Amino acid sequence: MTRTPAILVLEDGRTFEGAAYGALGQTLGEIVFNTGMTGYQETLTDPSYHRQIVVMTAPHIGNTGVNDEDNESRQIWVAGYVVRDPSRRASNWRAQRTLDDDLVAQGIVGISGIDTRQLTRILREGVMRAGIFSGDAMAPVQELVERVRSGEQMTGAHLADEVTIPDEYVVEPPQGVETVAHVVAVDLGIKAMTPEMMAQRGIRVTVVPSTWTADQVLAKAPDGVFFSNGPGDPAAAERAVDVLRAVLDAKVPFFGICFGNQILGRALGYGTYKLPFGHRGINLPVMDRTTGKVEITAHNHGFAVDAPLDGDSVSPAGYGRVKVSHVCLNDDVVEGLECLDLPAFSVQYHPEAAAGPHDAAYLFDRFISVMKGAR
Amino acid sequence: MPKRDDISSVLVIGSGPIVIGQACEFDYSGTQACRVLKAEGVRVVLLNSNPATIMTDPEFADATYVEPITTEVIEAIIEKERPDALLPTLGGQTALNAAIDAAAAGVLDKYGVELIGANLEAINLGENRELFKGVVERCGAESARSKICHTMDECLAAAEDLKYPVVVRPSFTMGGLGSGFAYDEEDLRRIAGAGLHYSPTTEVLLEESILGWKEFELELMRDKHDNVVVVCSIENVDPVGVHTGDSITVAPALTLTDREYQRMRDVGIAIIREVGVDTGGCNVQFAVEPETGRLIVIEMNPRVSRSSALASKATGFPIAKIAAKLALGYTLDEIPNDITGSTPASFEPTLDYIVVKVPRFAFEKFPAADPVLTTTMKSVGEAMSIGRSFTEALGKALRSIDKQSMNFHWNGDVPAGEEVDALLEAVRVPTEKRFIQVQQLLRAVRAGRCDLEQVYQACRIDRWFLDQMLLMNEVAHEVAHAPSLTAEVLRDAKRHGLADTQIALLRGLTVEDVFTARADLGIQPVFKTVDTCAAEFEASTPYHYSSYDSENEVSPREREAVLILGSGPNRIGQGIEFDYSCVHAALSLKEQYETVMVNCNPETVSTDYDTANRLYFEPLTFEDVMAVYEAEKAAGPVKGMIVQLGGQTPLSLAQRLADAGVPILGTSPEAIDNAEDRRAFGRVLDAADLPAPAYGTAHGIGEAIEIAERIGYPVLARPSYVLGGRGMEIVFDRAQLEDYGTRMADVGDHASDAPLLIDKFLDDAIEIDVDALYDGEELYLGGVMEHIEEAGIHSGDSACVLPPVTLSLDELDRIRRSTEALARGIGVHGLMNVQYALVSNVLYVLEANPRASRTVPFVAKATGVPLASAASLIMTGATIAQLKADGVLPQQDAAHIDMSQRIAVKEAVLPFKRFRTHDGLIVDSVLGPEMRSTGEVMGFDATFPLAFAKSQAAAFGGLPIEGKAFVSVADRDKRSIVFPVARLHQLGFEILATAGTAQVLGRHGIPTTVVRKYSQGRGPEGEPTIVDLVNEGQVPLVINTPSGQGARADGYEIRAAATAADAAIVTTTQQLAAAVLAIEALRLGPFDVLSLQDAAGDRARNVIAGSMA
Repeated sequence: MTRTPAILVLEDGRTFEGAAYGALGQTLGEIVFNTGMTGYQETLTDPSYHRQIVVMTAPHIGNTGVNDEDNESRQIWVAGYVVRDPSRRASNWRAQRTLDDDLVAQGIVGISGIDTRQLTRILREGVMRAGIFSGDAMAPVQELVERVRSGEQMTGAHLADEVTIPDEYVVEPPQGVETVAHVVAVDLGIKAMTPEMMAQRGIRVTVVPSTWTADQVLAKAPDGVFFSNGPGDPAAAERAVDVLRAVLDAKVPFFGICFGNQILGRALGYGTYKLPFGHRGINLPVMDRTTGKVEITAHNHGFAVDAPLDGDSVSPAGYGRVKVSHVCLNDDVVEGLECLDLPAFSVQYHPEAAAGPHDAAYLFDRFISVMKGAR
Repeated sequence: MPKRDDISSVLVIGSGPIVIGQACEFDYSGTQACRVLKAEGVRVVLLNSNPATIMTDPEFADATYVEPITTEVIEAIIEKERPDALLPTLGGQTALNAAIDAAAAGVLDKYGVELIGANLEAINLGENRELFKGVVERCGAESARSKICHTMDECLAAAEDLKYPVVVRPSFTMGGLGSGFAYDEEDLRRIAGAGLHYSPTTEVLLEESILGWKEFELELMRDKHDNVVVVCSIENVDPVGVHTGDSITVAPALTLTDREYQRMRDVGIAIIREVGVDTGGCNVQFAVEPETGRLIVIEMNPRVSRSSALASKATGFPIAKIAAKLALGYTLDEIPNDITGSTPASFEPTLDYIVVKVPRFAFEKFPAADPVLTTTMKSVGEAMSIGRSFTEALGKALRSIDKQSMNFHWNGDVPAGEEVDALLEAVRVPTEKRFIQVQQLLRAVRAGRCDLEQVYQACRIDRWFLDQMLLMNEVAHEVAHAPSLTAEVLRDAKRHGLADTQIALLRGLTVEDVFTARADLGIQPVFKTVDTCAAEFEASTPYHYSSYDSENEVSPREREAVLILGSGPNRIGQGIEFDYSCVHAALSLKEQYETVMVNCNPETVSTDYDTANRLYFEPLTFEDVMAVYEAEKAAGPVKGMIVQLGGQTPLSLAQRLADAGVPILGTSPEAIDNAEDRRAFGRVLDAADLPAPAYGTAHGIGEAIEIAERIGYPVLARPSYVLGGRGMEIVFDRAQLEDYGTRMADVGDHASDAPLLIDKFLDDAIEIDVDALYDGEELYLGGVMEHIEEAGIHSGDSACVLPPVTLSLDELDRIRRSTEALARGIGVHGLMNVQYALVSNVLYVLEANPRASRTVPFVAKATGVPLASAASLIMTGATIAQLKADGVLPQQDAAHIDMSQRIAVKEAVLPFKRFRTHDGLIVDSVLGPEMRSTGEVMGFDATFPLAFAKSQAAAFGGLPIEGKAFVSVADRDKRSIVFPVARLHQLGFEILATAGTAQVLGRHGIPTTVVRKYSQGRGPEGEPTIVDLVNEGQVPLVINTPSGQGARADGYEIRAAATAADAAIVTTTQQLAAAVLAIEALRLGPFDVLSLQDAAGDRARNVIAGSMA
């Protein structure tokens, strides 16, 4: 049993020696951990992971292989992949190839066989930059540490334009489902399941590039505007904030997810900040403060909105009263915003799930109600 | 929303005796519930007939009733205690059924007792198969196509429609009792016939076969705000066809994509809502067709189950504890996750490790039983292990089972040719051995002699699991063939779960060589933490497991540690009673020491992370225990290790641990040897001048016959190295001994050269069991138990009474002196159990065990003396004098009997109904020297007849007070049955007998109806045989004593029928006398109930009254 050696190097100089997984070479990025026990395929293809090296805390990865149905976008986005025990074979009735095949084909550099729990315990103290090196990219550790330290920081990174689609496309409601609304969804790194969930409910979705201006968006005369999830620092997304302000000014109903929630926060005049190690998993309890009910939700965010938790506040940017509608019960992080004087709301987590539980799917219905109410 | 303020007192019902399908997991859940309720300031009233449980310890409830779990008793308790509510969901199917019966009888309404944690409608929707199908449909999911049947004709018609094979599932039975696969009409008549009988609603469900599909289970919890979480997913490695309890299972599920898993989760949540489980836990079982992904809901349990215990231990999310809080009105987000301390319970645990559970079977105890695994659970216990990969966890789990023949091996040549074909055929049928057969086939796959796909098609175990086992075989091959045992090879072997013993065999080394090689190369496991959150948050609870990984998480400590070795998987002869003692040690030493528990049984209270200060979920083998010891030694000072409370498993490690430098607390390994080694024990007896039955050790059957003829028949024969009475038989003559010798030589797992032990069998002896404490100076006689059956029936299967009802004070004094002499001679420091036989005024020593015994918890419940706690204090340095001064032990021990002392009867519960021969008959239910009971109950009352009556009611439903009694006894017993049978006749019983017995009874003026023997067959006019009558349920009392080995056939058929029909069955004359007294007592009216706390109060008053007089 021969293994090709690989090494994971952290910004602080700590190293983990393991076996190469996926492609050989070098990769740099911010290193984060994901605690989901299912859904590695969806995770890998989630554009929000662009420029991030993802550590899976679940030890066995790749068991069910890869199929053509479960991708959340056109490609794998993670910068690097860290797993403990990659599967030697794919076993699932839908599997078309092994995960290793896809990682190699898409040039994703990974490492396996390391103590991923130890790594996670380091990362929960704070995320940092890291690199994975194998094959020809191997070099003395000190040099590798230097390469890692020369990598880009996530804070201040503007990445949506790197992952967005070049041209608009339309997702129609499936046959037999009546069209109830038309929504322009701005792709800041959108996942395939999001327009899918809207379409299932009768929303005709026009997905447009992140580079579109407010005029372009509003020219579509949509019943609602949607901002997706996506990678990068919301503080660096000034253009998206401007577009959203125009939408709010036009009183067009708005719904945002994840990065979209952070953009709404900034548009309303609140700040955003980087979490110590982020929320990345599919088991997080969020309370809907309107109903008092708890939902188990999928998360993938390293930044969060800084808005007052107690009572309603007034938008510093002059958009009226705002309430924090959802909060994470693990750490009281803001997980949702609702404008009380405008038809706009957003959540920080992923109601479209994929991967993850479907508890929050009702939010898409809520979006339809908001659009109907605004008519 | 905080908890309800209208509930100040709750009645909790436990699950009764340990039976197959319902074991100590309900002591774990019940104990958690009692702890929670008490902590919330609720008065807890507890009913459980099982004295071996922790939950029935008086400190866990305010009023503890060790009484039969019947409607009558529930009413008596409610009338006395007036609880506001009844919590029935934590005591398994027994508690749930008892609550349903009590509600149906109007008891709950009459006293205004609210059912909490479940409502009757939900229970009915969840358990009634027809209604449940509707539930599944309304949830937008699919069930297997099926038909409900109430008669055999309906069954036959339905099977035509569904096509054979069909699955038969009786409604409202636990552990899948009575269910199975019918491949043809004959099977169907047999299985469905039994199923209709077992179902309290005479209802069975016939279903399309989903044999070979993948099987999954979700554990869910719901609160009154309709918040639902999935605590754990479990995947069965064995495909559908094997009961989950008999399957090797893994958590989390490993072969589902997120889409498939989330679909399952959605359906599970929809079902818990639709069924209407308002608060608490439930599990839902699913099947997935491997070729298409078609998802089918199999069933749900609207209560805490065996799987909930497994899920709790697997995730660190304590389902029963949370269920109890939810029942009081809390919501999930109001309850903290006590592992992290900082996050709420309203989340779904995520695992960064793999959990494997392996069942442990006891087929060797029931040689006539059909070994095929079906949807009726047959395993008697289970072990769980945790590793950072499936291979690591599987390797650990297989060695945790503590049954050498059931572990992977690479002995002999790799299967080839016809052998491969035979194995491929064999693995189509699930048996206990299938996993090993699959592993042998995978050796052939590795060698290129067959391919993995063939193995998959034969056994339908998912290819992913097969590949992982193939990987273990590849690693083993590497170990065997590597030029030298390098660090890399060794590390790889350990990472994939190979034990030192396996590596040693592969390399032709000794285990010590491998252990040393690992030490030299620094290949040691580290300990990780079960934290519910895959390290996302810091864990405050030290719940550890080992892994060959990098980072060790054991934190340093200041306090001195005491390590306690548990007893491993439940098996017949070693179960909850030992866990009880281990838990006591952990709790009573907590004040002074940091207590560290090592065990691998997920059902137990000992493996609750709340029990000891630290928990290591590890196999109880030398290498694993040493690793824990080393880790704890590195963490801080270690006082020593307790090995005498967990039964034979830890005791057998004592010498090696001591040799490796581990300080053994209490009785030393040398002293243990004094009791276990025949010659050393002989010297102890001689020195103390104590008599023992004559014996000899025979090599070969010739020598055995010589010895038997020298000491005289009957003799007790057994192989020298086995425990729990395995292979032990009473032999009455030479022919029988020759037959025994032949049969022993045939049994595969016995080395044919092992010597046989031949003991003089003491016929007509009174057998006495003693539990005592010794501190090196002073003896404390904890309890003296008199067996109700004569010697020759394993003490674990025999009913016994405490205090002894026929022994004189002089005899008790002799028992005390003999026990003291033995304890001193052996060198006991802690607990000791001695078995005596009293014959013609001579007190023979049969056996002495310098460890906790099965009877310790029973003695503690009956006398109110915490023997196991006292033993652990003695082991760590306390003296009996100190313990008396501190009030832990009373001044008087069991040599003193108070006239007013209540009588406690322990009765064994036997699993015969579970085990059927290949033809579907129940295996023989006659008792013998080999232990076969799975659990016990206690009857507690003012007199022996009442206590005995209660024990019978608790064990199997009770003695009849009228009707027909059938009597057929061996010649030697005919004399002694006359008086009791005459009394039965006077009490109004109609006496039926076979011709021979009828003659004897007739001569004594007892009118008797002669019935046909089974061997005579039906009469010319279709007159029924006794077996027919019993089958028809016409005979509620069967008295049948076996007449030696030869003429058993008739007796066997009668006993099997009686067992199947739930008739009371008496197989010894002593039991008959007790039964008749009990029947008389029963006719005087319903049982009175008294809590253990009130009994203790009475005892205290008597002591004061005694000292004043």
